[in-house]
Amino acid sequence: MNRPYRLSPTLVLSLTAGLLLAGAPSVEAHIENGAASGFAAGFSHPWSGWDHILAMIAVGLWGAQLGNPAVWLLPVTFPMVMSIGGFLGLIGCPLPGVELGIGLSALLLGLMVATERRPPLWIAALLVGIFGLYHGHAHGTELPPGRDGMTYSMGFVIATGCLHGVGIALGLVHRWPGGVIALRASGAVIALGGGFFTWQALA
Amino acid sequence: MKPRLLRFPWTGLVLFLGVAGFASHAEAHLVTTGLGPLYDGMGHLLLSPEEWATVGALALLAGLSGAAAGRLVLFVLPLSWLVGGTIGFLIHAQPPVAIAAIVLMLTGGLIAADFRLIRPVVGSIGAAIGLFHGYLNGVALVPAGEAALPLLGAALVIFVLVALVAAVVASVKLTWQRIAVRVAGSWIAATGLLLVGWAMRKG
Repeated sequence: MNRPYRLSPTLVLSLTAGLLLAGAPSVEAHIENGAASGFAAGFSHPWSGWDHILAMIAVGLWGAQLGNPAVWLLPVTFPMVMSIGGFLGLIGCPLPGVELGIGLSALLLGLMVATERRPPLWIAALLVGIFGLYHGHAHGTELPPGRDGMTYSMGFVIATGCLHGVGIALGLVHRWPGGVIALRASGAVIALGGGFFTWQALA
Repeated sequence: MKPRLLRFPWTGLVLFLGVAGFASHAEAHLVTTGLGPLYDGMGHLLLSPEEWATVGALALLAGLSGAAAGRLVLFVLPLSWLVGGTIGFLIHAQPPVAIAAIVLMLTGGLIAADFRLIRPVVGSIGAAIGLFHGYLNGVALVPAGEAALPLLGAALVIFVLVALVAAVVASVKLTWQRIAVRVAGSWIAATGLLLVGWAMRKG
């Protein structure tokens, strides 16, 4: 007989215990200097600036608006190219106009959503990839020296993916007539924010 | 009948990755559990993200390549890990850290590209990764003065980890599930590339 799925007490307890364990700090015999000490520090990094947040949510919104395969291809492209930018930033290779590029990313991606532009997939991926390079470079140069690059990098990349996921989830409203307008309006808000950051970079 | 999302055992996988992601950083020396060398070896692997992430990545790749490839890696990886660990324990010359990051990046890239590799290729990749990471494991065991039981413990954990992950991935039938694995691959590749940057960073 088919039964509706219900959360079992064991699963609830396991999830609670897992969350408590996940939030617990690691035991150290000394004070940790620098933020690059683990997953939590890396995970919180991409949420630290609105310029990054707006652009990454815009990637998800645009992907959801464009539909399959852009809905997953754009969020796959962004972190991979972003890591190339991060790599360049980490090894100290300069990239001109990083702040301008980041501001323009939110502005242009917001405009794409607001005007519901549907370019060929490769152009969309190229645009997102170029912006990912700038975001990655900015993060790469900001990453604090630490002894645990692995968990920091994991947290950093997963947080970026989560921001895209937030954008995709919000973008699903385009399935409803009222949602189409709401999605375009949110694109306009992101473009306004991007315009502000671009103006700041130029000032 | 359970909804599709819940029939697929994502919950456990996500919980494991979440908890393991927040685990404390890896150390160059063996983790002491107080339960004996076998459990010390298990603990070392589970608390070393660079090791379980590589094992997990290879399991994802093997699962994407089919059940037969998954079965091959299930035995090849732990055995080659044991061989590599023994060599590392005897030679104990530390190889460059960047190699492990490059291995992680390439494995993630293969997953993201959704290459369906033939069994001998997956087996060879598994053997190479097992020998290399086992070697690193063996070098880390030198201060402990014992290799056999800790390496056996690590190999047992690898066997279980590969069995679970590869079986889950090999059983995916829906397109979005395969896409989710590819997205995970892109995150692994991005993490690997950032790690290369960390390794090459000056200061």
